[in-house]
Amino acid sequence: MANKEKKEVKGKGNAFTNNPIVKSIGTQKLIAVLALVVLYLVFGLINNAFWSSATLINIFEASYYIGLMAIGVTFAITSDGIDLSIGTVMMCSALISGSLITKHNCPVWLGLIICILIGAIFGAMNGLMVSYMKLPPFIATLGTMMLSKGLGSVFTKAQSVTWPQAGTENGWFRSIFKINVDGVIIPTGFILLMVIAVVASILLNKTRPGRYIVSLGSNYEATRLSGVNVAKYRTLAYIISGTLSGLAGLAYAAIYSTILPGGGGGMELDAIAGVVIGGTSMSGGYGTISGTLLGVFIMSVLKTGLPFIGLQTHYQQIATGIVLVLAVFMDVWNRNKKKRV
Amino acid sequence: MGDVILTMKGIHKSFPGVHALKGVNLEIRKGEVLALMGENGAGKSTLMKVLTGIYKRDEGEIIYEGKVTEFQNPREAQDAGIAIVHQEINMMGQLTVAQNIFIGREFMNGKLIDDKKMNEEAAKLFERLNINIDPAEIMDNLTVGRQQMCEIAKAISREVKVIVFDEPTAALTETEIEELFKIIRDLRSKQLGIVYISHRMDEIKQITDRVTVMRDGEYVGTLITEECTKDDIINMMVGRTIFEDPKAQSNVAKDAPVVLEVKNLCSGKMVKNVSFELHKGEILGMAGLMGAGRTETARALFGADPIDSGEVYVNGKKVEIHSPQDAVKAGIGYLSEDRKRFGLVLDKSISDNTCLATLEKFTKGIFIDKKKCDEVSADYVGKLKTKTPGIETAAMSLSGGNQQKVVIAKWLTRDCDILIFDEPTRGIDVGAKSEIYQLMNDLVKQGKSIIMISSEMTEVLRMSDRVLVMCEGRKTGEIPIEEATQEKIMHAATLRE
Repeated sequence: MANKEKKEVKGKGNAFTNNPIVKSIGTQKLIAVLALVVLYLVFGLINNAFWSSATLINIFEASYYIGLMAIGVTFAITSDGIDLSIGTVMMCSALISGSLITKHNCPVWLGLIICILIGAIFGAMNGLMVSYMKLPPFIATLGTMMLSKGLGSVFTKAQSVTWPQAGTENGWFRSIFKINVDGVIIPTGFILLMVIAVVASILLNKTRPGRYIVSLGSNYEATRLSGVNVAKYRTLAYIISGTLSGLAGLAYAAIYSTILPGGGGGMELDAIAGVVIGGTSMSGGYGTISGTLLGVFIMSVLKTGLPFIGLQTHYQQIATGIVLVLAVFMDVWNRNKKKRV
Repeated sequence: MGDVILTMKGIHKSFPGVHALKGVNLEIRKGEVLALMGENGAGKSTLMKVLTGIYKRDEGEIIYEGKVTEFQNPREAQDAGIAIVHQEINMMGQLTVAQNIFIGREFMNGKLIDDKKMNEEAAKLFERLNINIDPAEIMDNLTVGRQQMCEIAKAISREVKVIVFDEPTAALTETEIEELFKIIRDLRSKQLGIVYISHRMDEIKQITDRVTVMRDGEYVGTLITEECTKDDIINMMVGRTIFEDPKAQSNVAKDAPVVLEVKNLCSGKMVKNVSFELHKGEILGMAGLMGAGRTETARALFGADPIDSGEVYVNGKKVEIHSPQDAVKAGIGYLSEDRKRFGLVLDKSISDNTCLATLEKFTKGIFIDKKKCDEVSADYVGKLKTKTPGIETAAMSLSGGNQQKVVIAKWLTRDCDILIFDEPTRGIDVGAKSEIYQLMNDLVKQGKSIIMISSEMTEVLRMSDRVLVMCEGRKTGEIPIEEATQEKIMHAATLRE
């Protein structure tokens, strides 16, 4: 759905799409940037309190877990697949590792590793089902979604888990995402998110595994017949998706503390919406990490900003739905117009 | 033999760049089976598409039941009583037999579909055909042969006077073929005009009354089946003058080592016990009619389809090929007949496609060395004279010939010693064609070896050092180029068991 054909349509399109800046960024992503800026300005103009550093921190914090999931699932989607299990895998990881730390005397550092590892294992499971058992990604990850949802609850006997608070002996892990120095909050989570985004972007665009994931997402058979181990790289896409979901579990625990059993369902769709708004193609073969981040931030700004102008959070869902459909529509419209020229 | 029911006279049809039909005549009589024969690409299918209203003719007349007619679309032809049973089955697998037969013209009971009535009507059709199929059965549960019977039932479910069978036996077993012939004879006795397209000589002798032969879009002539031999038909099919001289003699040195040896290769239903050798610097032509199993052999050899049994030796060493990776490791490259589906990642650039099979050569540490990749791609664009604005151009915006050059470049970066070209010039214009030929000749001069699958007789004779002929999954001939003629090749290509 994204700007697959964009770069090669020369001498076509209008002044806007021919602009070199637009071309290098891609229309849909540019619209996403504009939408983000406009939203931030509009909310602030209506209620100046929105332009505070505290609100900015809130926007960031609402982005960590969705952002990490979204970066991960960008890989699965680019490989012409989908990962529906990211939301529940995130919660399952946080639930099990949180329970190990608080109830089973597991050292925090080990708990953190286990949290990420659980995500990676679920991801590997998805990958094996899709690549080797040849299950449709939708079905395989739907199965994992349900499985992980139940497994977390079973492990904690349907009890919720509250991760150690900041300032307590085991609360140091929170500084990975948030450091409070005399009331001044340093959003370390934002830095982490950016670092991971850069790494993911390099992985997707500049390395062999990334190139193969994009390539098999675009034309699986041609890639296979080029002698590429397609099953391996397709599995890798799901492992990345799962691993980042595990990391998202940590982010969620650090920001929101309490993990409810059986949670996370529906969050995968928020992440996928972010990916789509950012311009990644749902039919595979094109993915952009920076676009995904933009999509995620648009949703966070909406979520945080709407209460400032007197609208309840439910309006966020309405607004996100509209943004999602509009963003993709503009891209489709733009490409159809080019075809006609 | 009855009266003439349909005549096609001087039919011309052109597509951009191709004059597909050049004044073809055809006469169909009541109560007669007419065989329509010709090589791949002779224009049989195009002619039948003109007859059934799928294509519009450019020139010529169709006289049907004494009146000049022109069918605007398939529906009009069907309504007039002309039906076609296609080679491939066009059925909805999850619907029942009766639902398939009456699709688009269901029997209604008020606003609801009357499935009971449809089952009854379908049962009546099968009775007419003397076959036993349950109309309420789900289509997918039937064998291919039975599905074909349903296609016939569908065709005769309308008032039909002319019926065309397009290679109906391609997927049938012997018993099913017998069953089919019984039906065809039955339809003939009911005074239908029948056109029967097939490559199988013995079937032609068995079931048809007259044979009309086409070649290169032209009408060659019509024979009475009883009065002619298989060789008469073959001579008419291939009797073209070849403008490009065939290769006079093999360019392969007598003592050239064997680089590839295939022993008793079996894969699926289409590759049965195929054995052959390929020498260094040789172009081995693989000839045969559609569905002879040549592409399947290549795909099995390349690991794209599983090998059921048989052995492959590269440079004398036995290799196990389970996937394309294994084949690539053994130094085999495969250029698919369907570039767009299997050869290229269309929306990616020339540079990306060129380096796809060999990315490990273009990496610095974990990163892709884009600069080196671009240099090599640009180098091949120059060497192969690929016409493109630049290496960042997406593969989809290139012409067929230039796309093929990108695929060739991809395998050249891999330094494969054995290259399988599957229909290397299909859909490529004449100029680009000779460039591809030149390229292949250069490659074998450099010591590479080529297997070339081609359905074009002139191409096979012009390029090959040796010709291997296949028919229905088996090797039916191996002819040195010095002895190869169109007749010999065609003879082997129609050798059924």
